[in-house]
Amino acid sequence: MSNSNFTRRGVLKTGAIAGAGLTLPTYLRAQDSGFTNAPTGDTVTLGFNVPQSGPYADEGADELRAYELAVEHLNGGGDGGMLNTFSSKALDGTGIMGKRVEYVTGDTQTKSDAARASARSMIEKDGAVMITGGSSSGVAVAVQALCQEAGVIFMAGLTHSNDTTGKDRKANGFRHFFNSYMSGAALAPVLSNAYGTDRKAYHLTADYNWGYTTEEAVRSSTEAMGWETVNAVKTPLTQTDFSSYIAPVLNSGADVLVLNHYGGNMVNSLTNAVQFGLRDAQANGKNFEIVVPLYSRLMASGAGANVKGIYGSTNWHWSLQDEGSQAFVRSFGEKYGFPPSQAAHTCYVQTLLYADAVTRAGSFAPCAVAEALEDFEFDGLGNGPTLYRAEDHQCFKDVLVVRGKENPQSEFDLLEVVEVTPVEQVTYAPDHPQMGGADATLGSCNNGA
Amino acid sequence: MDQFIVQILNGLDKGSAYALIALGLTLIFGTLGVVNFAHGALFMLGSFCAVIMSRILSASHKVAVPGETDFLGNPLMRDQPYVYDWFGEAAGATIVDWAVPISILFAIPVMIGVGFIMERGLIKHFYKRPHADQILVTFALAIVLQEVIKYFFGANPIQTPAPEAFDGSLDFGSWLGFDPLTIMYPYWRLVYFLFAALIIAGVFAFLQFTTFGMVVRAGMADRETVGLLGIDIDKRFTLMFGIAAAVAGLAGVMYAPIVAPNYHMGMDFLVLSFVVVVVGGMGSLPGAVAAGFLLGILESFASMPWMVDKLPGINQIIIYLVAIIILLTRPRGLMGRKGVMED
Repeated sequence: MSNSNFTRRGVLKTGAIAGAGLTLPTYLRAQDSGFTNAPTGDTVTLGFNVPQSGPYADEGADELRAYELAVEHLNGGGDGGMLNTFSSKALDGTGIMGKRVEYVTGDTQTKSDAARASARSMIEKDGAVMITGGSSSGVAVAVQALCQEAGVIFMAGLTHSNDTTGKDRKANGFRHFFNSYMSGAALAPVLSNAYGTDRKAYHLTADYNWGYTTEEAVRSSTEAMGWETVNAVKTPLTQTDFSSYIAPVLNSGADVLVLNHYGGNMVNSLTNAVQFGLRDAQANGKNFEIVVPLYSRLMASGAGANVKGIYGSTNWHWSLQDEGSQAFVRSFGEKYGFPPSQAAHTCYVQTLLYADAVTRAGSFAPCAVAEALEDFEFDGLGNGPTLYRAEDHQCFKDVLVVRGKENPQSEFDLLEVVEVTPVEQVTYAPDHPQMGGADATLGSCNNGA
Repeated sequence: MDQFIVQILNGLDKGSAYALIALGLTLIFGTLGVVNFAHGALFMLGSFCAVIMSRILSASHKVAVPGETDFLGNPLMRDQPYVYDWFGEAAGATIVDWAVPISILFAIPVMIGVGFIMERGLIKHFYKRPHADQILVTFALAIVLQEVIKYFFGANPIQTPAPEAFDGSLDFGSWLGFDPLTIMYPYWRLVYFLFAALIIAGVFAFLQFTTFGMVVRAGMADRETVGLLGIDIDKRFTLMFGIAAAVAGLAGVMYAPIVAPNYHMGMDFLVLSFVVVVVGGMGSLPGAVAAGFLLGILESFASMPWMVDKLPGINQIIIYLVAIIILLTRPRGLMGRKGVMED
């Protein structure tokens, strides 16, 4: 006969604790391995959260193509793309730390609540260890905050608002894409060279987070160059016909119209401005000019011939001749038959940067990955030497100023790079007032519950 | 004063679109008694008729450009439209340039056909169902139509320019004695306004001066009695559905150069058009037209910078504000008839 130490009370207590543990969402059971969704088998799952429906679905589709290409290259498929040109040689085409990369996708619908729901689902149900993607700053800020709470890394896709790595920065979030401040800083000298320092600008600004930060950045940069801002009018995000906003511009005393619009807003406002004859008009004895601070090739193709001669900025362009860009364009072009967009580029690069950071850190733990990314300097990914700054998790690199091409050779050949603004010119202090000032902090890195 | 005139002009073309959509909505509601939430999608389909015709006319084959390479370093291939081969470069370029006006010929039969299929295939099964069911099924249809368009044409707006002859703006200010360049009005918007006026006049003339129109009007007033006279009013109402679809479609075709067509544009107009119908008076065709122009002009005024400065957000609520005021003071709308939707 043996004595057992089990008691009825002890069994009940143990059962209750085990039951509660099993019913917890996966990501709250992080203590097993020390962090959320630690990969256990021979695979690791990444979550690609992109707009698959809604107004930015085309950009989302291009982002997804880039992610699929990145996964293929990480797993040793294809021609390796930018793995061959990346200055870090930690990745060897055997997945991430020997684990084959798999992925799940979510649809952000370019709505913050839908994006959070799809990110949550990928973390809780699919066990995604990292979330990346998006084509809107509102979505990026919302999903970044969720990833911070959940204890996973967020590698932002296309998000240009200062707030993503400004006042809303998070320790678990990283942005490779440039931002509004950088656009303003890069554009202002080019605009002043092209149009002079005695100009009067009229801003039309999309009435949401990204519009505000872009207007603020362009205004302060151009005003510092001597321009005067005559008026700044907010336009509803849902607006399609901008005639009521464009018509008063000619009589406002302004000689430059700055369209702080993106996507369909940009296509329509620019089209309306051209229809109202602004491009051919004269004001204050000068040619009237239009500026679009953030350009994308996909949007430029929507605006058609209206973009000719109009200045803007962009994070990357497929016509760049550096080795990394060429490698990416070749891989992407051969797989899909057309050149990649800047959204595709930033998403591809973010995936490689994450995989590289994990490999260098020797761990998927978010805090270890974050540490490996902070102050990481790299090259060969299409933007020249780049720094992932530790203080705000923003990449600092050269910025491209582009202009709508007068004689495009093909449907993709819409923009020409007129200046590569050196990184020093677009660098700012981490506590810059446009970035949330001294109050903006990353907080603490979160490995999970 | 010049700003006042500018906003009236802007309101006229926006009002033209509202009026055309609301006219179609009212025609369907007045004849078939159906609240058609898919009507905005018909406007969107009309716009895509212009896109499709533009693509048909620009259908191309590849020709190599000597000495040039593409982004992958392969020989650069240029698209050469077939119409250039068939009619010569100059005539071919003119045909491609005039794609939007040519689309009208394409859109009329297509949109009547779409309307006919919609009515016979789906909506007729909901005549005896409550309005809520009709709203649900037509709204669902609108979503299906826009998703189909998105599948084939993507989510980004597609630039569909007007013919080059209509590039630029009319210096309206100079005509009226103001300083040059103070009141500019794009030529195409002027064309749109005149086109809308023509369509509206055509619909009214059709209803007023043809036997068919007379029967339809009689049917709208008393469907049962017209039926007792041995007239197949259902067949006529089905045709009216097709005509209403064509009106919305034509509004969309001609609007394509003003706002680049995208799959969601119908939804953007739908809610506003319903407000227009309600303000004009349910079932009243002149009411729909008058309210369309009225609300279009008011919306333009509310978007003036000094107005937005003084009353932030007024540009987004003005239409609904006016609708509330009119419904409080004239519950049947501006020209509503007694008994419509009041049973």
